[in-house]
Amino acid sequence: MKILVPVKRIAALEEDFEIRDDGRDVDGDFINWDLNEWDDYSLETAMQIKEAAGGEPEVVVVTVGPDDAEEVLRKCLAKGADRAIRVWDDALEGADQLAIARVLAGVAKTEAPDLILAGVQSSDHSHGCTGIALSALLDMPHAAVVAAMTYSAGDAKVRVQRELEGGMLHAVDVSTPAVLTIQLGINTPRYASLRGIKQAAARPIEELSAADLGADFASASRVRRMYVPEKSRAQMIEGSPAEQAARIAEIIREATGA
Amino acid sequence: MSGILVVAEHRQGVLRPVSLELVSAVQDVRGALGDKVTVAVIGAGARAHQQTLSMAGVDELVFIDTPDAEFDPEVTEAALAALAAEIRPSLVVVPHSVDSMGYAASLAIRNGYGFATDVFGVAADGAAVVATRGGYGQKVNVELEFPGASTVLLALRGGTWKPPVDAASPAARDFAFSAPASRSKNVEFISPPATNDVDMTAKEFILSVGRGVGEEDNIERFRELADTVGAALGCSRPVADSGWLPKSRQIGQSGKTAAQCKLYMAMGISGAIQHLAGMKHVETIIAVNTDPNASIFSVAKYGVIGDMFEIADELEKHFA
Ligand SMILES: Cc1cc2nc3c(=O)[nH]c(=O)nc-3n(C[C@H](O)[C@H](O)[C@H](O)COP(=O)(O)OP(=O)(O)OC[C@H]3O[C@@H](n4cnc5c(N)ncnc54)[C@H](O)[C@@H]3O)c2cc1C
Ligand SMILES: Nc1ncnc2c1ncn2[C@@H]1O[C@H](COP(=O)(O)O)[C@@H](O)[C@H]1O
Repeated sequence: MKILVPVKRIAALEEDFEIRDDGRDVDGDFINWDLNEWDDYSLETAMQIKEAAGGEPEVVVVTVGPDDAEEVLRKCLAKGADRAIRVWDDALEGADQLAIARVLAGVAKTEAPDLILAGVQSSDHSHGCTGIALSALLDMPHAAVVAAMTYSAGDAKVRVQRELEGGMLHAVDVSTPAVLTIQLGINTPRYASLRGIKQAAARPIEELSAADLGADFASASRVRRMYVPEKSRAQMIEGSPAEQAARIAEIIREATGA
Repeated sequence: MSGILVVAEHRQGVLRPVSLELVSAVQDVRGALGDKVTVAVIGAGARAHQQTLSMAGVDELVFIDTPDAEFDPEVTEAALAALAAEIRPSLVVVPHSVDSMGYAASLAIRNGYGFATDVFGVAADGAAVVATRGGYGQKVNVELEFPGASTVLLALRGGTWKPPVDAASPAARDFAFSAPASRSKNVEFISPPATNDVDMTAKEFILSVGRGVGEEDNIERFRELADTVGAALGCSRPVADSGWLPKSRQIGQSGKTAAQCKLYMAMGISGAIQHLAGMKHVETIIAVNTDPNASIFSVAKYGVIGDMFEIADELEKHFA
């Protein structure tokens, strides 16, 4: 039994940032990296299935990203993932999420997991599509935005609750192997222990080049232009906190008639 | 290539309003991308939505009967692939929704379509589709092109276009396809549990806190502030997910809509699109955030760049 958890390194912009000279992305000097928030929840889901089954299922994390994307894999190892795989190829620079899904499919075909748990979306670009694109390439049944699930290692199906608009839930039985995209709040992700972090630093990370997977990694879109949108429509309230609060108090009084 | 295919969405017998917003979204590009606008409705009983969808801007309605009335990702995908193979649209638009997150990427990658999600701008450059979406937490806009794709599938953000107002009488037909044996089975819908907590949809003044509140112990302080200024205390999703406030207080796509709200104060909330879905319509929005680039400032009427704790301390003094 194996669970594959694709994890993404997401980009947070510094307060002041610049668009690259070619106008197609933000200059990398102004970016801080972190593990995608959703992936904390999918990894925790995998860990809980593993633990409930007495530790037998193997939890494998995989990321598609350059050298320094390794850091997010170490985070996952520190939380208990069994193995970590990083795939990269310079040709993937600028690749879109469907191309990333093709790379992930290459890994999934070799790993042959029983369950693939991706995040619903990534907190930087909010595509919300990689996991389901991956399911198509593997021809696996799938469900998106899973906020609760009932599954034990080896089950032939998983009962999921898709979280719909307005907080309504939709219970669906999905046969396995399956790809699910996991929603925030499905569990409470654990913190890595100090010991875990120390051990993870010394663990091997399996490295593959996209070419090793031998597929073509076509994108379905290309960035034409990236730009900072016209300034916000908010009227900024300047001054000291006391002055700002005084103005807010006025606005509240006007609006509530209090 | 001929025309534009719009995919309507419905649930439990009700057409989701975003369906008609999509009809408006494609009107500007219909000349460039093919003139005919076809709206497809998938599911047993699809015909029930004929009248609601008979609006100006729609040329043809296509009803696709399926074994189940409710959404199934594999059946939906197969239905759309079959219809698209017949009409060969240059553009297909679906709502960017929980349902479409379950099938759109699969449809696109299997059929070699150009593809983008959460799109809020659709244009044509000659006969080529150009889509605009946000990036880096909505701090930048990203303009996308789809080289080599003869069909482009875009998942469009709800609440962006106004639905058409005039009724019309588009042609209507049924479309048959062979539904695949689905590998998932609908079980039931489960409504969020009823609570005797406040009804956020009825509140006129809401003060919401987001992750900027930092930790559970700080919630009390903003509960007091909300009481002092006469607001109901709401929150963004991470605060509810952490159990710091009940889910019934969460504003946004998967929470409550601040339907009656006239004054909304967002403190320590970045302005993710799913939060905005529940409050961006409010007439007066005040946002307090330490990050001058936070996207909440793009919907707020008044913005304060500052620390929510300091502002809370100062604000309280005015209502003592
Ligand atoms: C299908 C789906 C449904 C969702 N539904 C919802 C929903 O219903 N409601 C919802 O809210 N989200 C929802 N989300 C989650 C959403 O995408 C965001 O993750 C969430 O809204 C972020 O909450 P936040 O703004 O509080 O946190 P963050 O994005 O982390 O922002 C925190 C903000 O606080 C600011 N800050 C930090 N410290 C301070 C301080 N001392 N003073 C002032 N500001 C400070 C930071 O600058 C930052 O802007 C949904 C997501 C998905 C995929
Ligand atoms: N570069 C990547 N490497 C591994 N997994 C990824 C990558 N990009 C996206 N994913 C997966 O897809 C999910 C949603 O991402 P997205 O479709 O980009 O919003 C993430 O939570 C990951 O599970």
